[in-house]
Amino acid sequence: MVAEIKQTRIKEMKIELAPLLSIRDLHVWYELRRLGFGHAGYVKAVDGVSFDLAPGETVAVVGESGCGKSSLMKTILGLNVPTSGEVVFDGRNLSELKGSDLRDYRFQVGYVQQDPYGALPPFMSIQKILEEPLIISGMKDKDARLERIRKVMSEVKLYPADDFLPKFPHMLSGGQQQRVVIARAMLRAPKLIVADEPVSMLDASVRVEILKLMHALQAEHNLSVIYITHDLSTVKYFSARIFVMYAGNLVEKAETRRLLENPLHPYTLALLAATSDPDARNAESFKEVPPGEPPSLVNPPRGCRFHPRCARAIAGLCDQQEPPDFEPEPRHFVACWLYRPEEQEQ
Amino acid sequence: MNPTPTKQLLHVEDLVLHFRTGHGTVQAVDGVDFDLDAHRAVVILGESGCGKSSLAKAMLRLLPRNVESYSGKVFMQGVDVMALTEEEFRHNVRWAAMSLVPQAAMNALNPVLRVGEQVAEPAMVHLGAKKAEALDLAKRMFQHVGVPEDFLNRYPFELSGGMRQRVALAMALVTSPALIVLDEPTSALDLLTQANIMNVLKRIKHELGTSFILITHDIATSSELADEVAIMYAGQIVEVGGAKDFFPAPLHPYSQMLMASVPHLRSESDPMFITGQPPSLIDLPKGCRFAARCPFRMEKCSEEPPVVTQGNRKVKCWLHA
Repeated sequence: MVAEIKQTRIKEMKIELAPLLSIRDLHVWYELRRLGFGHAGYVKAVDGVSFDLAPGETVAVVGESGCGKSSLMKTILGLNVPTSGEVVFDGRNLSELKGSDLRDYRFQVGYVQQDPYGALPPFMSIQKILEEPLIISGMKDKDARLERIRKVMSEVKLYPADDFLPKFPHMLSGGQQQRVVIARAMLRAPKLIVADEPVSMLDASVRVEILKLMHALQAEHNLSVIYITHDLSTVKYFSARIFVMYAGNLVEKAETRRLLENPLHPYTLALLAATSDPDARNAESFKEVPPGEPPSLVNPPRGCRFHPRCARAIAGLCDQQEPPDFEPEPRHFVACWLYRPEEQEQ
Repeated sequence: MNPTPTKQLLHVEDLVLHFRTGHGTVQAVDGVDFDLDAHRAVVILGESGCGKSSLAKAMLRLLPRNVESYSGKVFMQGVDVMALTEEEFRHNVRWAAMSLVPQAAMNALNPVLRVGEQVAEPAMVHLGAKKAEALDLAKRMFQHVGVPEDFLNRYPFELSGGMRQRVALAMALVTSPALIVLDEPTSALDLLTQANIMNVLKRIKHELGTSFILITHDIATSSELADEVAIMYAGQIVEVGGAKDFFPAPLHPYSQMLMASVPHLRSESDPMFITGQPPSLIDLPKGCRFAARCPFRMEKCSEEPPVVTQGNRKVKCWLHA
């Protein structure tokens, strides 16, 4: 069924270039305290994540709530301090940046929030909202600021700009609000955009418009984009690669087309099976859903974190040892014992 | 359309619910008609602000204070429930015949009561059951919705979102109503949990023969349960028909464009979007409410479009007249 999927628009991966963003064995743990004092363990939100992102490359991080994708995103934005591991952006380690260097880093990374209405201060006009990042970045000339704002607003198709500038967020529709959020992220000409479920709060008819807009901006400015989502059906329109995240780990990493045509990890298979396309025949059958719920990140299960829910778990292996990344086909990585090399030779 | 109210479960005719606000009258539900047979599910699909949640409120007569007009006919099992007094409605219709799973129901559970007691309460109030009987009923409902029995004694905070949603569903089921109105039952849930809840709804429909009105904006998920589909736009239903006819070939231009905006996982399609915005429910245009965004707009569209019947499908559009 998934084999029919053809991928046309996604550009070739730029694997040869030096990575823009490189994440090495990243762990983000939050300490739990009992009544504010005694140590009571850690929430292991991100637990050993590594990947490279080339300039101009788009990846989607797909996972359910509580899998650690927001913690991963916040760490990349410099809002969380990693417990261990490295985030290297453009050759510089994020943990070594301080003061104005850290501020410069943040100018190079744009953030598109999930809920546009929540992300825009309700008491500020669009003009104020968009001027603020420019003022903070030291652009003193008001005309220059307005010129930059107008240019970005035309890029996100908010025109005529002068109609929008004096308005307040509540006067705009959801789609327009999300364009303002995107414009704000684009103001400082970033190299990387982190988009956290940018369309999940929008109506179906507007969703595609925003995704197409982001795709056009990405292509025009050769942006790297990390697109965080739970909706697999939108991913192929936007991203060259997909990372599937489960309980703090990336369990499968592959090119979008490869992953959708030949998903390997049992969790990826479950996600794909649970995604519906509108079809009246859906009502005639039940969906196959793995039993149980994602594990607690305080005490994740031993071995593979998906094994308690996995129908193909190998007793004595999956419940004992954490699977490393295997590469059963070129550039398709999967952290699952089913794909260990001996298994394939048999 | 010749209503024979006694044969059907539900017949809604010209239902109107307008609200009074500081800016003017919001015509949230403005002349809605639809029918539903027993053991069937109708999906009411629409985008935010089209009046679909107000329709749910109008069905159950759960009205806020600022109602300007509330009229129309709702026949439930042959009885015009709109003619009943508030007291009769509360005793004989709400919960007993028709119950609601409101939007974000999983967050509406009382945090200081055990979920078992909360599920049992409607049975005690509406069926006059003793507490032990009601708890027994609650236990049976938990089996239907797939919640382990020992969860009866837990508090809401001890349950995951998906489990709480099932509890809310069990609460709606406990009085064995013929009809359940579900307002966005899966919108705040994860993908796998959504699939699970849809499975539960399908099972209830088969096992208990309950009918559903599923109000949602999620087109792909709605197809999991739909026998019939009604498309709502700016306070009105613009198209209604069987799911098997609707999904492959919607009739109304809005339905067509809405369907074309859905990204598909399993086939290569280039999704489109609809330019413009829906009209304000305070200041509605004359004639067809979709005309301003419609690529097939004609002169006639400035007049109120007729409801055209094609077999067992209905569409409110001049193109099909």
